[in-house]
Amino acid sequence: MPPTTPQLRREVIAIYKELLYLGRDYPLGFDYFRPRLHKAFMANACLNDEAQIRQGIERAKFVQKEIEALYYLKRYRALKQRYNEA
Amino acid sequence: MSALRILVPIKRVIDYAVKVRVNKAQTGVETAGVKHSINPFDDLSVEEATLIREEKLGRRAPGGVEEICAFSAGPPKAQEILRTALARGADRAIHVELKEGEDLEPLSVAKLLKAVVEQQKSNLVILGKQSIDDDANQTGQMLAGLLGWPQATQACKIEFGEADAVSVTQEIDGGTQTVRAKLPMVITTDLRLNEPRFATLPKIMKAKKMPLEKKTLADYGVSGEKRLKVLKVIEPPPRQGGGKVENVDGLISKLKELGAI
Repeated sequence: MPPTTPQLRREVIAIYKELLYLGRDYPLGFDYFRPRLHKAFMANACLNDEAQIRQGIERAKFVQKEIEALYYLKRYRALKQRYNEA
Repeated sequence: MSALRILVPIKRVIDYAVKVRVNKAQTGVETAGVKHSINPFDDLSVEEATLIREEKLGRRAPGGVEEICAFSAGPPKAQEILRTALARGADRAIHVELKEGEDLEPLSVAKLLKAVVEQQKSNLVILGKQSIDDDANQTGQMLAGLLGWPQATQACKIEFGEADAVSVTQEIDGGTQTVRAKLPMVITTDLRLNEPRFATLPKIMKAKKMPLEKKTLADYGVSGEKRLKVLKVIEPPPRQGGGKVENVDGLISKLKELGAI
């Protein structure tokens, strides 16, 4: 186990949980989302440099925003098609 | 200048992404085991109430926001969407519990909301223009009628002015139109009003401990009696596939065959 500060560890776990929660509504299903999310985090498990971990967290936050935008647009487009373009 | 007491009525409906199926008895659509979520138009109204409080994007209310109260009438599971509304910015929630399968008509909902508005002393009601399950588009209008308040439907922009005046830009066919009225009023939301946010996990956790009142229809003196009777629900006929024609003559003969020329 590489030495990391507990603070960083908490942040990583928090963003992981947040993404996991968002993934429940993923269009291709949670079963598609979860292993991929897990893989993405495990691939970076060996990082032990603080700057690199911070970078990873930033990337996770970026992905979170992307997923939120995906959900929003998907719903907006579906509703627009149903109600505004009869 | 009165402080705003906003009431946000929301409804739990079948998720927009689910392909609905008619049940075997042809009395309605299949709801068991189907994913439900908050009505998307109500999602916009929750967000708008929060934005007004946060005073973002020029949505500043001169009197400030005293309280945002979320309201829902539905089966016990409707609590989930109320909790989400609490996580996203509402202060309190009221849940009128109905039995599974029991449904209210727009008029009953409007009567119920009138009682709630009077009890809560709300002066602004923001609700979705329609629910994506019944698509009635009636509740907001009926509520405004019962209360004798001005109404602004299909809002795509809400602005607050001096002396309780509120300007609402509405979506109409081929453009927009702006109406102005004084509080108290009823506003119904349209798709372009705002971009609803996602509640974060810590806020969802906190929302579990926020106040949620449980009530019954009788508490508000409203009966859920039905005035409309659903005779039959059927699926739309499947689309007939198109055909290809070889040339112009083929097209003309096909059109003649169909009696178009």
